[in-house]
Amino acid sequence: MSQPQIPVPEPDEASRPFFDGAAEGRLMLMRCADCRTWRLPSRQHCDACLSDRFTWEAASGRGTVRTFGIMHQRYHPAFQVPYNVTIVELEEGPRLPTNLVDVANDEIRVGMPVEVVFERYDDVTLPRFRPAGRL
Amino acid sequence: MPHPLRGAAAITGLGMTPMGRIYKSTSELAAEAVAKAITDAGLKKDDIDGLLINAGITGTTGGGLTLGLQNYLGLRNLRLLNHMNAAGSTAAQMVQYATMAIHADMATHVVCVFADAPLKEGTSAGAAYGGAARNPQRPRGMAGLYAAAGYFGANTPYALAARRHMALYGTKQDHLGIIAVGQRQWATMNPLAQMREPITLEDYHASRWIIEPLHLLDCCLVSNGAVAVIVSPAERAKDMPQPPVYIHGMGQGHPGDSGRAGSDWETETGAKFAAETAYRMAGVGPADFTQCQIYDCYTYTVLVTLEDYGFCKKGEGGPFVEDGKLGPGGSLPTNTGGGELSAYYMWGMTPLSEAVIQGRGHGGERQAKNDLILVTGNGGSLSYHACLILSPHPA
Ligand SMILES: [Zn+2]
Repeated sequence: MSQPQIPVPEPDEASRPFFDGAAEGRLMLMRCADCRTWRLPSRQHCDACLSDRFTWEAASGRGTVRTFGIMHQRYHPAFQVPYNVTIVELEEGPRLPTNLVDVANDEIRVGMPVEVVFERYDDVTLPRFRPAGRL
Repeated sequence: MPHPLRGAAAITGLGMTPMGRIYKSTSELAAEAVAKAITDAGLKKDDIDGLLINAGITGTTGGGLTLGLQNYLGLRNLRLLNHMNAAGSTAAQMVQYATMAIHADMATHVVCVFADAPLKEGTSAGAAYGGAARNPQRPRGMAGLYAAAGYFGANTPYALAARRHMALYGTKQDHLGIIAVGQRQWATMNPLAQMREPITLEDYHASRWIIEPLHLLDCCLVSNGAVAVIVSPAERAKDMPQPPVYIHGMGQGHPGDSGRAGSDWETETGAKFAAETAYRMAGVGPADFTQCQIYDCYTYTVLVTLEDYGFCKKGEGGPFVEDGKLGPGGSLPTNTGGGELSAYYMWGMTPLSEAVIQGRGHGGERQAKNDLILVTGNGGSLSYHACLILSPHPA
């Protein structure tokens, strides 16, 4: 019997460059072509100026732990509890829901510097983060 | 000159069904609450000329109230009707719009009703609000990053918010626990409460983790039931059978996208600017309240809301509640019916219904000083906020 798969997203038109970038090891974010505000999640209109013009740019992949929780409730069979649910605040400003890897739950701290790593699930690659500066 | 809405209207009717595993349709529950509220107010059905409806979670998951409730109740020729949803802030908002409509002479007696029935026979309370985890469809686009991180349910964002407060300000697990214990003490005196067994701080710590830093006893109940209130002009209220509960002030605050750069949604909520509007309207400040009915989907919501209303400084909510001042015998009686944590979860109708009971002086052994009552509603992930300032005294 195979392990249940986590619910991975299916790229849509507004997010395809994000997922294509992840597959190539880059954290690609949508950015307003007019006022330069990052759009995360990607969407047609900028929430700062309502422009519908955009570019895709590579983010640094560096950030800090904005906040996190340790999940004990079994909502989905693919997640082995307890696991961390983390919001990473990217160096560029926007925030991403993710999981930290290569760190014990009781070592996670708000403000901890982290860097992106990429994990492949069948046809989709997702950004995860690990404590910064580890080899 | 006082604000024109200060004391313009009053709550004159209250109707509540039993709460908990009551297996009826939301229309049936709503009709029971509305019928009780009309009788309570000494009115006839034909006196009702306004209806505001809030569906609860079943408005999203299925089976929730719709505008069709007007026909189920047989209400003809309404001059005001809407189906509203700003999550847990809706109950206070319905009373706000009713007050404005009454003041504008668009309606006279407005029923505001909430009904929900997420609990199904043979399923757990958690299943009622689990959401995305059981969605068989593959999530599309970047919105799917939440499920892919195992970010499920309403518990997650509140745990994340509480964690950040703890990290920034040194708020302790005990501070959240003291709120849960105090509210359970109140619930032991509320015959409508679903949870009436007293708990200790040790019980709190021993209750299972849902998502750290939230224990089971940090999280609200899930309830089937309905609550209806009737809002009437103040000058009529004084001749109606129940002691009027006058509306002195109101406000709203909706801070916007929590994912955006620069947002401090975890620790600073819309309550901050809802408070400014409401305090100005009522001509009061935090020191004037004799009791609070604070939306308490989680213990943390109480703590952060009290800070944002200025009862203490930002970040000092933990030490503020530490002496048990929110519980029975404390200096700031709060959630005197047990709240959503221990009594019943009717979204914003939980604090509002208890405020009406208290405002009338009908709290029995749990009655607290009621000269000025703060009622708050909060929804989303601390995204939507509305409040009322109530008093048994006319403005
Ligand atoms: Zn822009």
